[in-house]
Amino acid sequence: MIPSKFDYAKATSVDDAVRLLAQGGEDAKVLAGGQSLLPLLRLRLAAPTLLVDVGSVPEMTGIRYDGDAIVIGASTTHSDVLNNALVKQYAALVAKATATVADRQVRHRGTFGGSLAHADPAGDLPAVATASDAVFTIAGPNGRRQVPASQFFVDYLTTALGPDEVLVSVRLPKRAGWGAHYEKFNRTAQAWAMVGVAAAVRRENGHIAEAAVGLTNMGSVPIRARGVESALVGGAASAEAIGAAAAHASEGTNPTSDVSASAEYRAHMAGVLTRRALVAAAGLG
Amino acid sequence: MASVSVTVDGVRYDDDVEARTLLVHYLRENLGKVGTVVGCDTSNCGACTVLLNGRSVKSCSVLAVQADGQEVTTVEGLARDGVLHPVQQAFHDRHALQCGFCTPGMIMAAVSFLSDEPNPTGEQIREGIEGNLCRCTGYQNIVRAISDAAAAMRSGDTAQPAATEVAV
Amino acid sequence: MTVTDERPAEVGAPRRRKEDARLITGRTNWTDNIVLPGMHYMAVLRSPVAHARISHIDVSAARSRSGVVDAFTGADIADFQGSLPCAWPVTPDMVHPNRPPLAVDEVRHVGEPVAVVIARSRNAAVDALEAIDVDYEDLPVVLDMEAALAEGADLVHSDKGTNKSYTWIFESGAAGTGGSTDEAFAQAEVVVKRRYKQQRLIPSFMEPRSVVVDPTGDVITVWSSTQIPHITRFLMSLLTGTPEHKVRIIAPDVGGGFGGKIGVTAEEMLSFFAARRLGKPVKYTETRSDSLVSAHHGRDQIQDIEIAAKRDGTVLGLRVNLLANMGAYLGLVAPGVPLLGAFMYNAIYKFPAYRFECSGVFTNTTITDAYRGAGRPEATYAIERLMDELAVELGLDPMEVRRRNWIRHEEFPFTTVAGLTYDSGNYEAATDKAMALFGYDALRAEQASRRASGDQVQLGLGISTYTEMCGLAPSRILGALSYGAGGWEHAAVRMLPTGKVEVVTGSSAHGQGHETAWSQIVADQLGVAFEDIEVLHGDTRTSVKGLDTYGSRSLAVGGIALYQACQKVIENAKPVAAHMLECDVNDVEFSNGSFRVRGTPGEGKTLGDCALAVFAAHNLPDGIEPNLDAEAVYDPTNFSFPHGTHLCAVEIDTETGVTKIRKYVAVDDVGRVVNPLIVEGQIHGGVVQGIAQALFEEAVYDGSGNLLTGSFVDYTLPSAADLVELVTDRTESPAPGHPLGVKGVGEAGAIASTPAVVNAIVDALRPRGVNDVEMPCTPERVWRAANLSGGAQ
Repeated sequence: MIPSKFDYAKATSVDDAVRLLAQGGEDAKVLAGGQSLLPLLRLRLAAPTLLVDVGSVPEMTGIRYDGDAIVIGASTTHSDVLNNALVKQYAALVAKATATVADRQVRHRGTFGGSLAHADPAGDLPAVATASDAVFTIAGPNGRRQVPASQFFVDYLTTALGPDEVLVSVRLPKRAGWGAHYEKFNRTAQAWAMVGVAAAVRRENGHIAEAAVGLTNMGSVPIRARGVESALVGGAASAEAIGAAAAHASEGTNPTSDVSASAEYRAHMAGVLTRRALVAAAGLG
Repeated sequence: MASVSVTVDGVRYDDDVEARTLLVHYLRENLGKVGTVVGCDTSNCGACTVLLNGRSVKSCSVLAVQADGQEVTTVEGLARDGVLHPVQQAFHDRHALQCGFCTPGMIMAAVSFLSDEPNPTGEQIREGIEGNLCRCTGYQNIVRAISDAAAAMRSGDTAQPAATEVAV
Repeated sequence: MTVTDERPAEVGAPRRRKEDARLITGRTNWTDNIVLPGMHYMAVLRSPVAHARISHIDVSAARSRSGVVDAFTGADIADFQGSLPCAWPVTPDMVHPNRPPLAVDEVRHVGEPVAVVIARSRNAAVDALEAIDVDYEDLPVVLDMEAALAEGADLVHSDKGTNKSYTWIFESGAAGTGGSTDEAFAQAEVVVKRRYKQQRLIPSFMEPRSVVVDPTGDVITVWSSTQIPHITRFLMSLLTGTPEHKVRIIAPDVGGGFGGKIGVTAEEMLSFFAARRLGKPVKYTETRSDSLVSAHHGRDQIQDIEIAAKRDGTVLGLRVNLLANMGAYLGLVAPGVPLLGAFMYNAIYKFPAYRFECSGVFTNTTITDAYRGAGRPEATYAIERLMDELAVELGLDPMEVRRRNWIRHEEFPFTTVAGLTYDSGNYEAATDKAMALFGYDALRAEQASRRASGDQVQLGLGISTYTEMCGLAPSRILGALSYGAGGWEHAAVRMLPTGKVEVVTGSSAHGQGHETAWSQIVADQLGVAFEDIEVLHGDTRTSVKGLDTYGSRSLAVGGIALYQACQKVIENAKPVAAHMLECDVNDVEFSNGSFRVRGTPGEGKTLGDCALAVFAAHNLPDGIEPNLDAEAVYDPTNFSFPHGTHLCAVEIDTETGVTKIRKYVAVDDVGRVVNPLIVEGQIHGGVVQGIAQALFEEAVYDGSGNLLTGSFVDYTLPSAADLVELVTDRTESPAPGHPLGVKGVGEAGAIASTPAVVNAIVDALRPRGVNDVEMPCTPERVWRAANLSGGAQ
């Protein structure tokens, strides 16, 4: 099907995008790669009156150093992210998870910021951002603000972004020397994650010095598996210790039951996948 | 209406279109490039795959206006001077198509994939075309064809001039 | 023209396909590509609810939208819209409700059309749907088949007083084809009874259906993405009151069908009505979302199956009791789909007694109808699953139980307990070949060691020794089963003056490669070059007669018609050649494309020479008609019975329930092979569709009758990344009844593979007390079976 009618405006800068959104009012929406938005429009599950295209805003595209972090422009495509040397070196979790997003065609168009702003609980990147302690730079009529991942994801398909705001970029603290793995579980290669686990660990002298674990699709928002992390940190970097820690994976989660899996199975899988992700991230598997 | 200037299979077009016009509909209905087809409405099937600036995209999930100023290659623009692209030739040689509806998208996805992975394993090929659904072939001959095409492209063979049975 | 050298046989050669040239370059002719002067576009408003009374509907606002030229409801066309056809009244008292193309006062499934808009552009038509005002008064929703048959159940069709469409029974004792089933069970030393569920599937052809109706010419021309242009012409003529010679149907390039494009659809009829009202061409192309909810679904049966045997493994009898979900109405051949399976439950085995009972049930769901295999995959699944269960019960190897019961190759032709005569086959040869390719013994040894070590990954081996009936069908048998048409096929061969050949076939390919295979047959028969043959099909003006493509019939029926037409051409040419060779017609022999005087080597006259001679007709003997062309209609006297042995090894991660196919071997015997490339491709595709039923696909409704799997996001077709390389091989038992020896291959893979996969899964988990996993065997279902209970979940 074809989308309902809308107007289209191509933003040339972040300020321009904010201005266009303000003009468009409540029914304006940001368009980046369009890989989540356009299917929704085609099914007429959404009918905005104005699309503000931020796909080629220079400030929103590309990846750069910024002191102790790297900054990914929100309109950077998945394929540019996963092939980027900085990302591979300092945000390996992002690189690995991004490689599992959808398929090659979608990764050629879809954007890092778009996936995060869409905030589908079955999307891979929200849990990754959560586990990566990402900080979101948001621009709006009142200027810019920084929102940590822990506050960015509010509910199912809902973020801290206001209707008049644009996600400009995402700041990821450098994690040099960390091991990382994203364990995605889906029924078919095309399917959204039934459950996913984003895991990153830093080993030191045979112990786990730091750990970060994010869960995909275990609630209406991505979940940071703090119980797993605290069980890991300071413990041995061994399969046994990881196995014991992973048993905490489903604590505090609230997975849904739907056509692809029950909540009970998701809870079970969260533990299994957490263990597997951590074993891989720790270089043990 | 919004204006769009786009080069498709080497020819430049300037048009005014409704902003909501999908690239695939622009190709099919405005330009008559009906070789590219629509198989679904959720970006799953990949039948509509074309190259946008050399990279595979699903043209049902790109607005025509988003392609403004860019270059599109469709399955109709692959063969050169009557010579099939090695991927097209391999699809024919390996019987990698039956009804042929997924074929344009499958071929374009493979062309883009092979430009990134010139020497893929079978498993990489399978992942490389995970965004394209085929209901006829079980994919086996498609995987073989892409593997053959990769080998032909690595060895620098241009495909043989189209045989009489496959006139371009 | 000179006589050419002996050419190698075309039949049997892996010819690359003629069809490919246009398909790989995008020069295709899909229905949706067609644009005609003055063409308008139709959009269809569909019911969002499963069962409701339409208390109010108003299209006036839609009609006044910009670009819109017409909009109408079921009430507007109630006088003449009639009912979409069901051509298979399987019993005289079958309950057969009307199925209007547009619902008039009641909707009975989500997706049922309730109104249409016609506009000058597609966008305007689709936009105007939002302006249609409909009020629905909810009615009780019927979804579960057993509940639907219970006393006092809510009704899908309240005026019918029942949700049961029909009950059809076969009993071998009564039919005289075998013993009494009750007596057989009374003598049983072992009885194994199971219930299997054939989940609902969606055929999911890749090309969404599309139709263009042009009423502006002397005849009404309909382009449609259909498998059945000829049947559609006949039925559309009857349904619209248009004289048949004033209706032309064209199936241009058609992007797959798998049974899903058998049917005269609501959208075809509505486009026809709209074009006739407007006097302009009208196009309708469905979206995938439309397609998944409105094109017919397949399978959806509950099978209660019971086998009686002796302790030594000899089977004494079989009972099958089936519920078949028809959906809200009856599809074109839907009631007969379970009957096609009824003759196959006894499979390759010499069962002495057999009883089959089936009831068709209405529910508030999309209609079901033929989907690749149509009845036979269901039958094969149930019996092949049950043979494994019997083997376990008896402590025998599952292949051994099969061997003890199957028809031995020297026993063909063999008349089965279902009354069919299997033409030829060699189950031993196919099985031996498959077992060797598979490495059965080594895999069993690995399975034992994984079991002994308690490996997290368990191995399972699954067998499917199947047969099927192809070549639908002998017209007399179809008549005996109350089917509304015959089963013959037509072919014509036209010799052009330059020696080129036009072949016309009544079968209508949509991916099967008829243009190539038919050329191979004709090249051999007439001795003309493969390249010099053009195959015409899918247009009722060029291909006047035909019964189209389904049921693995095109080659096994249409191919024989083509062979016969070729023989007639040769006979027609003989007197012409004799005249040119200046000999008696009885002294002329034809081989390798040339007529020669018997026993005389050297120069002869080709068919092309004869074609040119009759074109000029300057010098023909008296009484010789200047014509070589010929046509033939072949009505088979029997079905054909391909068979094969499929073996599947799966690895199951018991921690996650993920099933990975480790090895899949298919050895199929489809009779003589015209083109091994095409046959292998058909097997690949069929096997994968069967694997998809076992592992991936299911159409799921919620409690309100909403299709939860209404897009490819949720109806999970496997991609290449979800599948593995198959090992395929074949044996060849030519069909004895006709000169080509071919049997048909379109459905074989899909019939064989599903039980092979599920048998392997159950085999892997058997030590954990598992004796079934419901399809599709999702990771969760397998995990539950492996960990949470003994047996089925």
